[in-house]
Amino acid sequence: MAKPIKEDPKDKVGTTGHSWDGIEELNNPLPRWWVWVFYLCILYALGYAIAYPAWPLIHGATPGLLHASTRLDVEKDIKAFDEMNAPIKAKLVAADLTAIEGDASLKAYALDAGKSIFATNCAPCHGAGAAGVQGKGYPNLLDNDWLYGGAIDAIHTTVTHGVRNTVDPEARNVGIYMPAWSDKATGALADVATAKLTDEQVGQAVNYVLKISGQTADEAKATAGTQIFTDNCAACHNPDGKGNRDMGSPNLTDAIWLYGGDEATLTQTIKFGRGGVMPSWGYAPEGSKPRLTEDEIRAVAVYVHSLGGGE
Amino acid sequence: MAFLDKHKIIEKNATLLLVLSFLVVTIGGLVQIVPLFYLQNTIETVQGMRPYTPLELAGRDIFIREGCYVCHSQMIRPMRDEVERYGHYSLAAESEYDHPFQWGSKRTGPDLARVGGKYSNSWHVDHLSNPQVIVPESVMPKYAFLATTPIDPQYMAQEMSTHRMVGVPYTDDEITNAKADFAAQDNPDGDSTGLIARYGNKVTVANFDGQPELTEMDALVAYLQMLGTLVDFSTFTPDASR
Repeated sequence: MAKPIKEDPKDKVGTTGHSWDGIEELNNPLPRWWVWVFYLCILYALGYAIAYPAWPLIHGATPGLLHASTRLDVEKDIKAFDEMNAPIKAKLVAADLTAIEGDASLKAYALDAGKSIFATNCAPCHGAGAAGVQGKGYPNLLDNDWLYGGAIDAIHTTVTHGVRNTVDPEARNVGIYMPAWSDKATGALADVATAKLTDEQVGQAVNYVLKISGQTADEAKATAGTQIFTDNCAACHNPDGKGNRDMGSPNLTDAIWLYGGDEATLTQTIKFGRGGVMPSWGYAPEGSKPRLTEDEIRAVAVYVHSLGGGE
Repeated sequence: MAFLDKHKIIEKNATLLLVLSFLVVTIGGLVQIVPLFYLQNTIETVQGMRPYTPLELAGRDIFIREGCYVCHSQMIRPMRDEVERYGHYSLAAESEYDHPFQWGSKRTGPDLARVGGKYSNSWHVDHLSNPQVIVPESVMPKYAFLATTPIDPQYMAQEMSTHRMVGVPYTDDEITNAKADFAAQDNPDGDSTGLIARYGNKVTVANFDGQPELTEMDALVAYLQMLGTLVDFSTFTPDASR
C-alpha cells in the first residue's frame, strides 16, 4: 500500500514557473556539495592565474608569481646533475687513458656512464650486448678480433672520429675501401680497384681465402689464387692474410667474419667491395655540436674496453 | 527578473542565439590565438632552418604515407631524461616548415627528432629493410620494398608550390630546379653545386641506398639523415625563460 502523500514538495521548494500540459518543474536547489565544488573550482582558477603564466599582455604573458617554466626547470635539472658530476668528469678527461681502469672510482663511474651511453648510441649497430650483427658488417666488440686495435686509446680514437664517414676529416680509413675487383663492377668502389678481375680469377681468389681460413677449398683454384692474392690483396691484408690494423683490413685466416666467410659472401665481397661506415661521435662540422663530449667518449671507450676483448 | 526576461529574447530567437554565440566564441578564440602571433616569447627565431630539399620532402611524404609517426614521435620534450637520451629539446621553430608537423603522440619506437647523422646511411637501409636483423628485439615492420620502389620527381615542383602556398619560402629558383636537385642529392659523384647553393652546405649528398637508381629508400633515408641537424646548437642558446 503506497504511503499517502503528506505534503506536496511544490509547497516547499516552489516551481520554476515552467508548465507543460499541467506538468510543472520543481525548483529544487543544486546539491550543496556540487555548489561548493563549483565555487572551489572558481577559486582555484583565480589562484592558478595568479601563480602561473596566464594572461597575454602586450609584450608577454603575465609570468605568474611562481615564474614557472618547463625550460628553466629542465635547465636547472641538467645543471644540478652536471655540477654533481663535474669533478669526476674533469678527472676522467684529465686522466691518462690507460690509467682510468686503475683508478677504482674513475673506473666505476666510466663503466656506469659508458653503459648507458652505449645503450643509447652504440647498441643500434653493435647490438644491446655489443655482439654486433654477424654478416652485416657491424663488428662484434666482445671478441679479440679488432679491425683498428682493441687498446683503450685505439677504441677512443675510433669512437671519436668514426670510420669512413663523410663528416670527420680525421675519420679512420677515409677513401680506403675494400675495392670492387670484378670487371663488371662500376662506381666508387670499382674506381679504387688497381686491377679488374674476371669471374674466374675472383673464384680463384675466393678459394685461396677459403683455404687460408681453414675451410674446404678447391685446391687447384686456391693454388691459382695465390698469385692473385699476392698481386692484389696482400697490400692491405698482408702477405700472410692476417690483415693490417693501420688500414682496418680484417684478418682473413681466422673464423671471424665481418660480412661472412662462406663462398657466396666472399665472392660478393671481392666482386663488389665493402666499405662500412661508423659515424663520428666527437667531431662536429661547422654549425653543429658533437654528439658526445670527451668525457662521454672516454666513458664509453672504457666500457667497450672492459667487455672482454680489450687489449 | 528583468535581466532573465531579456535573456529570454535570445533563447527564443535561434538566429540571434547563433549570431551571439558565434561572437562569444570569436572573442575567446581571438584572446587565445592572437597573442601567439605577436608575443615575443612564443616566436623564437633560430638560425639554420631551411625548407626541405626536394628529395627530403619526398622522403617526408613516404614517412607520412607509411605512418611512421604512429610509432615514432619527432618531439623531444623539455625533461632531463629526454634531453640526455635524444639531445636538445625540440624547438617550435624546428617544425616551421612542416605541413603538417610530425610531433606524434606515441613512442613505440624511439623519438626521431634528432636521428639525423646518428647512424650511417647503410645502417638505415639495413634497418628499414629488416629491422630484426639489426635489432633482434625490435617490433618494427619491414620496409624492404622501399629499396625496390623507384621514385619519380615528376610532381616535386607542384608539391613545392603547394608548400609555398601554406607559407614555406621556396623560391622560384628552387621550384624550377626541383627535379635537378632531387637527382643531385642522391649522386655524390655528380654536380651538386646548384643544390648546395640553394639549400646550404649542410645538405647531405650521398647515394643513400647504395643503388644506382633513385628509390623511395633514398628519399626516406635522406629525410631521416636531415632530421634535427638544421639548427646550429653550437651557437644557439635558447632563452630558458620562454
